[in-house]
Amino acid sequence: MISLDINGKAYQVDAGPDVPLLWVIREHLKLTGTKFGCGIGACGSCTVHIDGKAARSCQTRVGSVAGKRITTIEGLAESHPVVRAWIKEQVPQCGYCQSGQIMQAAALLAEEPNPSDDRIVRAMDGNLCRCGTYPRIKLAVRSAAKEGKRP
Amino acid sequence: MKRTKKEYTRREFLKTSLAAGAGLTIAAVMTPAGLRLLSAAELEQDLSFKPNVYLRIAPDDSITVVVSKSEMGQGVTTSLPMIIADELEADWKQVRFVSAPAADAYKDPVWGMQSTGGSTSVRHMHETLRKAGAAGREMLIAAGSEALKAPLRECAAVNGVVRHMRTGKGLSYGKLVFEASRLPVPQNPTLKKEGQFKYIGKAMPRLDVPEKSTGKAMFGIDTFAPGMLYAVMARPPQYGAEPAAVNKEAAKQVKGVQAVIEGPRGIAVVADTLDAAWKGRAVLNITWQNAKAPALDTSTLEKDIAARIGEPGLVAKSLGDAKAALAAATKKVEAEYRTPYLAHATMEPMNCAASVTAERCDIWAPTQNQGGVKGMAVKATGLKPEQVFVHTTYLGGGFGRRFETDFAEEAVNIAKTAGMPVKVVWTREEDFQNDFYRPANYTKIEAALDDKGKVTAWSHKIACPSIFARVFPGMMKNGIDNAAVEGVTDLEYDVPNLLAEYVRVDLPVPVGFWRSVGASHNGFIIESFVDELAAAAGKDPLEFRLGLLQKHPRAKRVLETAAQKAGWGRKPAKGQAVGIAYHLSFGTYVAQVAEVSVDRATGTIKVHKITCAVDCGSVINPDTVAAQMESGIIMGLSAALKEKVEFAGGGVKTTNFGDYDLLRMSETPEIDVHIVTGKDPLGGIGEPGVPPAAPAVANAVFAATGVRLRSLPMTPAAVLAAMKG
Repeated sequence: MISLDINGKAYQVDAGPDVPLLWVIREHLKLTGTKFGCGIGACGSCTVHIDGKAARSCQTRVGSVAGKRITTIEGLAESHPVVRAWIKEQVPQCGYCQSGQIMQAAALLAEEPNPSDDRIVRAMDGNLCRCGTYPRIKLAVRSAAKEGKRP
Repeated sequence: MKRTKKEYTRREFLKTSLAAGAGLTIAAVMTPAGLRLLSAAELEQDLSFKPNVYLRIAPDDSITVVVSKSEMGQGVTTSLPMIIADELEADWKQVRFVSAPAADAYKDPVWGMQSTGGSTSVRHMHETLRKAGAAGREMLIAAGSEALKAPLRECAAVNGVVRHMRTGKGLSYGKLVFEASRLPVPQNPTLKKEGQFKYIGKAMPRLDVPEKSTGKAMFGIDTFAPGMLYAVMARPPQYGAEPAAVNKEAAKQVKGVQAVIEGPRGIAVVADTLDAAWKGRAVLNITWQNAKAPALDTSTLEKDIAARIGEPGLVAKSLGDAKAALAAATKKVEAEYRTPYLAHATMEPMNCAASVTAERCDIWAPTQNQGGVKGMAVKATGLKPEQVFVHTTYLGGGFGRRFETDFAEEAVNIAKTAGMPVKVVWTREEDFQNDFYRPANYTKIEAALDDKGKVTAWSHKIACPSIFARVFPGMMKNGIDNAAVEGVTDLEYDVPNLLAEYVRVDLPVPVGFWRSVGASHNGFIIESFVDELAAAAGKDPLEFRLGLLQKHPRAKRVLETAAQKAGWGRKPAKGQAVGIAYHLSFGTYVAQVAEVSVDRATGTIKVHKITCAVDCGSVINPDTVAAQMESGIIMGLSAALKEKVEFAGGGVKTTNFGDYDLLRMSETPEIDVHIVTGKDPLGGIGEPGVPPAAPAVANAVFAATGVRLRSLPMTPAAVLAAMKG
């Protein structure tokens, strides 16, 4: 049994320590907002936060995150500036990669509340979107940065 | 506004609709005699009616629209309800959608099958949706006039309320449904006129965006059926190969593995968890035999296709006498073009969950083809059609890949044999290696120019594998696959002598519909070649095109609009050059101007900006039109610059995003979309943004370097090689 802290909740999971965190989140805990895209850390669909930093859950062995603070898309408040910006800019199309995009963007803004365009592109470049929502993602990250600055 | 999870069969829908105080139901059915609109009571009486539109207004004012098309990002679960809501004069906040199950009722009124593709959803459903909405509005106004004791002519429907205009008194739709449902359904309701629309033509926010921004949207891969196990497949690594030896016992020893099942498509390992299933698969230690073509690789495939170009082709189109005009010409331009096999690479890998018992089969699938999945399941299970239930989830991308039913067939077969519900999940590697690829293409064109720069002849021969020969053999016309020659046979450029020939190339690699289909390669080839002709004629590429499009004002308008918005003719920024292209596909005109620079040392093409003009006739949701243009352009650029499936050793060599990368944010240009509005018939919007992107870039690269790139993708290595000559 592995003890996990996900979205502020304690879980006991019966899984081998080498199983990717992604599959534990999705299949054991049925938190399906986090998506499987490639399994090699090349697309970003599985992005979650581990101790506040964006991480690819398909490349994270579940045994390595016992006791760490894990946040998935389900743990992000619906009032989070990034979620609101995604809705405002009408980012999603098929929507499959968007949980990963949102988690990546939220981690960026937590680290750098006012990122330059260059910084946004560098932070988001590991997240693929086959529908090509990149222009709107860029707009939404900028919009969330502005929103986040308001009192 | 929200999406309700429940799905409706006809029976369920009628049961709810006919219950006391259930509300007003309107169903629309296309009959040989035209469209008929029916009430729930009429539907109950005559089961032969199979409506494809259902609309219900409940006493609580909620309005439910059953959407028979798959949502794969194109926005159909917003645009179709918008059309009904507008004619119904509904309050948008009360509108919900539910996904239709697979049933005859939901067959596309034009195609006669239940599927989503060809950029047709709005085009095919539009008239029916409008009439259904308008009939509801008229019935509610009539009921309102009675209830308010006001003359009919003084009553109007306004935002979900029937109001007596003189006194201002009103009743909400929900309060009128009981009376309204007892009125006859008008068969020719008055439709709104231009200028009366309140939602159509406005950028309405998508109904699916909130749940897609919070992780709540349920895709196929998110399905959990009660008691469900996981299944993974070991499929042949080479085309046609079969297992010679399998160590099933080793797999069964793995903790959590429940069964190992041999089937027509490979060997399935069924387990409690995906991890266990994969571990079981890893020790199957399969020896494969009887590969169809063990030496097949990228270069043999390219040679096999190119070698066929010398053969006489089937004539797909002939105007005048192109051969004679070419023989007599003094100035000729010849070129050969090549495009590669492409993968769909939907972000959600193929997957499907299924449960099969003696009484029923349930399938949870991200599918573009409910009718095909249902038909497959009837065959695979021996159950009756009414015992098969297809539940359509959100699709994590479709692009034509999910028109195929292979992944659902795996789930149904495994569930049936295992006697337990299963979810089949493909890895990205399986997804890349078991696709139905966009066909590779080899094209040879010869054209003649007169001394005024007019094109006097155009002979265009295409060697290409056929999609229709496998998917819709009955739609092959005299041996010609229209998907291979589209864009050429309907060439709009004024060419008095045009010959289009087709050589069908049959190879082991399966091919299928890929966003924009034949236009994805023919758009690139035609628009690059027109640029070559412009250069040969010594003319500006825009002026040259406009000169050949005198009879096609819509083509001219998108070209002129894109050019004007992009500042065509102005001196480009230092080191940059511009290229233009246009293509008509799916009834929609799209022109794009690309601004690029080329790094001569590395061969890297940087696309700085794409300016796009689109004319899709009437517009339902302009924001969706813009989004689909952005989406098509980015997919088009991805294919133009990066994508190519590689083959080796008799099968697919490409494995994952590491060797088949898609366009990323850092490579995405600024995109500026302009909608050219017109009163022309509705055009499609999901696909037409793709074709002009590659030729616009190739033409800009020519303008920048003088080098003509006739093969995709335009990778740095290909650019360097072309520059060296």
